[in-house]
Amino acid sequence: MPKVTIDGIVVEVAAGSTILQAAEQAGIEIPRFCYHERLSIAGNCRMCLVEVEKTPPKPIASCGYPVADGMVVHTDSPMVRKGRRGVMEFLLINHPLDCPICDQGGECDLQDQAMGFGADHSRYDENKRAVPDKNLGPLVKTSMNRCIHCTRCIRFITEVAGVPDLGATARGEHMEVGTYVEKALGSELSGNIIDLCPVGALTSKPYAFVARPWELQKVDSIDVLDAVGTNIRIDARGTEVLRILPRINEDVNEEWLGDKSRFALDGLKRRRLDRPWVRENGKLRAATWDQAFDAIATKLKGLSGDRIGAIAGDLVDAESVLALKDLLASLGSTNVDCRQDGARLDASRRDFYCFNTSIAGIEEADAILIVGSNPRKEAPVLNARIRKAWAASGLPVAVIGSETDLTYPVLHLGTGPSVLTDLHSGSNAFATILANAKKPMIIVGQGALARPDGTAILAAAWRLAAHVGALSFDWHGFNILHTAAGRVGALDLGFVPGPNGKGVDAMLDGGLDLLWLLGADGFDSARIAAGTFVVYQGHHGDAGAQRADVILPGAAYTEKSGTYVNTEGRAQRGFKAVYPPGEAREDWTILRAFSAIIGKTLPYDTIEALRARMEQINPVFGRVGFMPRFGCSDHTGPAGDPSVLSDAPLVSTVPNYYATDPISRASPTMAACIEAQSQPALAAE
Amino acid sequence: MAATNGPAFEQPASFAFDADSEAELATIVARYPAGKQASAVIPALYIVQKQMKRDTGSAWVPLKGMDAVGARLGMPPIRVYEVATFYFMFNMKPIGKFHLQVCTTTPCWLRGSDAVTAACQHATGIKNFGETSADGIFTMTEVECLGACVNAPILQVDDDFYEDMDAGKVEALLAALRRGERPPAGSMTGRQTSAPEGGPTTLLFAPEA
Repeated sequence: MPKVTIDGIVVEVAAGSTILQAAEQAGIEIPRFCYHERLSIAGNCRMCLVEVEKTPPKPIASCGYPVADGMVVHTDSPMVRKGRRGVMEFLLINHPLDCPICDQGGECDLQDQAMGFGADHSRYDENKRAVPDKNLGPLVKTSMNRCIHCTRCIRFITEVAGVPDLGATARGEHMEVGTYVEKALGSELSGNIIDLCPVGALTSKPYAFVARPWELQKVDSIDVLDAVGTNIRIDARGTEVLRILPRINEDVNEEWLGDKSRFALDGLKRRRLDRPWVRENGKLRAATWDQAFDAIATKLKGLSGDRIGAIAGDLVDAESVLALKDLLASLGSTNVDCRQDGARLDASRRDFYCFNTSIAGIEEADAILIVGSNPRKEAPVLNARIRKAWAASGLPVAVIGSETDLTYPVLHLGTGPSVLTDLHSGSNAFATILANAKKPMIIVGQGALARPDGTAILAAAWRLAAHVGALSFDWHGFNILHTAAGRVGALDLGFVPGPNGKGVDAMLDGGLDLLWLLGADGFDSARIAAGTFVVYQGHHGDAGAQRADVILPGAAYTEKSGTYVNTEGRAQRGFKAVYPPGEAREDWTILRAFSAIIGKTLPYDTIEALRARMEQINPVFGRVGFMPRFGCSDHTGPAGDPSVLSDAPLVSTVPNYYATDPISRASPTMAACIEAQSQPALAAE
Repeated sequence: MAATNGPAFEQPASFAFDADSEAELATIVARYPAGKQASAVIPALYIVQKQMKRDTGSAWVPLKGMDAVGARLGMPPIRVYEVATFYFMFNMKPIGKFHLQVCTTTPCWLRGSDAVTAACQHATGIKNFGETSADGIFTMTEVECLGACVNAPILQVDDDFYEDMDAGKVEALLAALRRGERPPAGSMTGRQTSAPEGGPTTLLFAPEA
């Protein structure tokens, strides 16, 4: 490995590293605009100039210059300073002086680096060039005068998102970044170009002129709008969540965030349940907490445990799930279920319902079979990881299900689950590829499980995984891709029907006198039998609340401290950014308060005590943020006969990415996205 | 003035390669190994431009033509737009029947390209570079060095170089073009290729054997 001296510091770096990377290793920061460690190297901003001894006496762009053994680099010599000052003067020639009205102000690389490396004035007296703004749809606002042509957005959309919509047209002074033919960006990851833009050319449209970064309170949290468990930072001011940004977590989301998770936050302010309601004579009447609790307690009196049940929704935190389970247990009921979409998930063993390979593990895979899932819509960040793996190794990806563009080439094997049988018997050509792969992955989506033959498909997928060698002591290639952030946590806590307990279907079909819905909106509420008394605890007036007899206002994910287990089985914790609106309360406290009223007080008064109990039930909750990867030594498959497959085609459970849950359905920004999607050429406005 | 990149002109509703173009395209694409067809994008765009000249009398590259190139070469449309807009040899809007390309780079300018420009303006009524004459016959554009500085100044008409121009020769050339004639390209003073004005000064006779 070559040894390089940078400003007197000797570092040994991997062969092929660039000077900029070596300097980073030496702890020396080199200014840059176009260079980004997750994108290809462009070398067009020229800000990262350094001086290298024994080369022609001129500054060198360090981002694209490979190191050699014995190289001596200076990053702060007079030549370098002069060079950077010159580059900065050029960059600012056409950059407007509109920082006071620019949304990037305060978190702008150009602003910061102009302070650090620029001159105090410009010698340019002529007119600046003017560039018309582009319309990139309802999410990304453009102010193209500010663009410095670093091309990060072009490279991101092309390389990471895999939806090559952006480009640089014309050249020289006439170069413009844009789509050429006006259209909305077609990527589910388009919001990330806002973060990548080092200047204020691309900013958030919904957040335009809303706040300055220094006014915001920043709270770490976990995204719940898909099951990836993207690490996010919630920026709030007062009682309002104003912005959501990704946090870096190499194992989960790298530094990306899906558009829904980033922009659906205006749904948090609409259709909220901010006070309890009780149905009287067929109409909902505003009530106090005491009245609401009394109504439920009255109904509960004399009910036997097997006539009471609960369904947990998709966005629930593990704490409230456990509190609800404990409450029902104290009432003598085991009628609990978290699979509101009817997914035939097998909770008997953890690797039957987790994304066992792990998201980072996708990069090690050498063949992928996707069954009944559209990862681009169900988990765009995870899909970007598959694309990354494909871009690095060209691994074969096959799909059973609908034929859609996943942003990388796929082999479409068929639409029905019978293909699984063909792959097992070897009559399908892809069987050889899977069998020859050293680390094959099989990804089973909810579209394959939320159907009558889901149990059989799950068993068939497992049987195939065992057959092709995807299950070994050091590689677990069987994966379930969830779409609900609360699902794995609930399964980990055993929120499934106990012995003689009723599942979702039995509960809805009149098997109950009282049904407690914890944020459950994922099914047609008309399916609930007429005589059932429904308690809806949640934060949005969506499908569940409309059918409810009593509504208990809960907190959304930004308003409570909660633990979420992502599709991999990684427990992660989010913190409270703002208070719930009105009289709404954190969900586990509602359940704890109610339990006291009916004299079945739950044995925890603090969230710490509740979390200790969670850890007792499943040690997974003791390892927050950390997830060990296991191989698979027990090949016994989930219950189910892998041969009773129907012919019905597999369809993804996410028909529309922008409307999957109560929050995104309440969001005007998401509604605008749906509109733009249906007419990409007109793209809103 | 704000620059506008983008298809702002009236675009044909469709574009399809005709038989001649298909034949030409096939030989060009065949030059590149499988998976590297994108390398053929520049010649492919020329094919589109030439076909438009045949079909409509105006050599330009419409949006649908770029899309057709992208589809044929397996490129996202934006990658084709980037290439087509980068090179000024591709006309992104309809042009006149004859494309007058005046080289105004230093050698041509020193040798009188201003006079050539003025003569073109006088003969066609065009006011500025990039415009088309009212009768739709001529479009005049300013181009960078055409690489024929020895015979400067140069006026390129479509694909042909007319060299050693001056105002009078320009007027005569344009008048001939209007009449439907196509004077032979090359030096207008009759010099042999790039030999000095007035004939060769060296190598006047062959050495004795």
